[in-house]
Amino acid sequence: MSYNGTAIVAMTGKNCVAIAADKRLGQQFLTVDMDFQKIFPITKKTYVGLPGLATDVQTLYKSNMYRLNEQRDIEPKAFAHMVSSTLYEKRFGPYYIEPIVAGLDKNNNPYICGMDLLGCMDVAHDFIVAGSADENLKGMCENLWEADLEPEDLFETISQALLNAVDRDALSGWGGVVHIITPNEVITRHLKARMD
Amino acid sequence: MSNYNFSLTTFSPSGKLGQIEHALAAVNKGVTSVGIKVQDSVVLASIKKPGSSLIDLDTLKVVEPICGSIGMTYSGMGPDFRVLVSRARKIAQEYIRLYQEDPPVNILVKNLASLIQDFTQSGGVRPFGVSLLIAGYDSRGPGLYQVDPSGAYFPWKATAIGKTMVESKTFLEKRYNKDSGLEDAIHTAILTLKEGFEGQLTEEFLDIGIIGTETTVEFNVPGKEYKNPEFRVLSAADIRDHLENTV
Repeated sequence: MSYNGTAIVAMTGKNCVAIAADKRLGQQFLTVDMDFQKIFPITKKTYVGLPGLATDVQTLYKSNMYRLNEQRDIEPKAFAHMVSSTLYEKRFGPYYIEPIVAGLDKNNNPYICGMDLLGCMDVAHDFIVAGSADENLKGMCENLWEADLEPEDLFETISQALLNAVDRDALSGWGGVVHIITPNEVITRHLKARMD
Repeated sequence: MSNYNFSLTTFSPSGKLGQIEHALAAVNKGVTSVGIKVQDSVVLASIKKPGSSLIDLDTLKVVEPICGSIGMTYSGMGPDFRVLVSRARKIAQEYIRLYQEDPPVNILVKNLASLIQDFTQSGGVRPFGVSLLIAGYDSRGPGLYQVDPSGAYFPWKATAIGKTMVESKTFLEKRYNKDSGLEDAIHTAILTLKEGFEGQLTEEFLDIGIIGTETTVEFNVPGKEYKNPEFRVLSAADIRDHLENTV
């Protein structure tokens, strides 16, 4: 978690979910990239965030896309179980990733789920945090999150949680990206942040 | 012609694979099975034909569940069917282990058909002497598929395989109505099999499997209620009731 540095957070709202990440890629305290993708779309209504070792982020994303060989939109729950299985297959030589899956199911109910690097799932009704700034994020979310937020309020909440968490973490930050998944569209916004 | 009889993986000059044709011949010697898909359910029905009156038919099953939401029957060679049942169950369980949900019918069919296809192209094996009818229910609704020894598969509204395939299909074309309910579908399935059956068709010669919105099972998860369609094999008593209503 602390080699490349990451902050990823997912939150539920009223018939919507949000997932947000910072943009930094580093090698310990050396910043290498300030526009590094850590959140990936899986279907129109399911996104996955992959915080952890950057080389494993890209490997895990590719191997999961390879396994999705069905001609259908996978449900977020089924996708989360698939990621979990992929991780546990490497039980004794794991990918250093703690994924977060966020999406809306076929009834547009929010689903968010976090995992540890072995694939142990943690399904939450409120929020999930991961990365080198996870403790900062957890504190922010505990203070800011409330139930049944509308998409725009959820955007404000998750953005404030992310920005204020990475400001107190040396290894993450350098801009952020937020995806708000609603039944009809996904709103993607890029956040400007302190670049130091 | 017979000069070219090398192996099952060798094409004849006319473009045919002899062994696969012969496997289909084995299917067409087998007892008839029918499958009917209606609005929100599917019925599978097959005949159990005793070689001798001493055979205890109660313990012989020709309609088998594969996983909670999928079932299967066959025409052709019994032993080959049992091999395919256990392979299909394994495919289903592997899917469930990965996704924690039952496989959609088309995915199970695709995987099983590719296994069957392997047996037309590998060395030291013969093709399966069975055609399968696979019925299930998933997020797309009810599904009914036929899989042949070649590995080809077809989605059907209603179909028949086995000895009286041609006559039964003609019968189904006349009787089929996609808006009818589960009871009607069972009724039509029985009538179709009755047509091609020599002698009196009683419950001991018949196996029926059903799945649909009326065959749900409830799982009690704290705070939530799940209702999922479940594949059910009818008991002899149930089949007798249906037979009595079918005159």
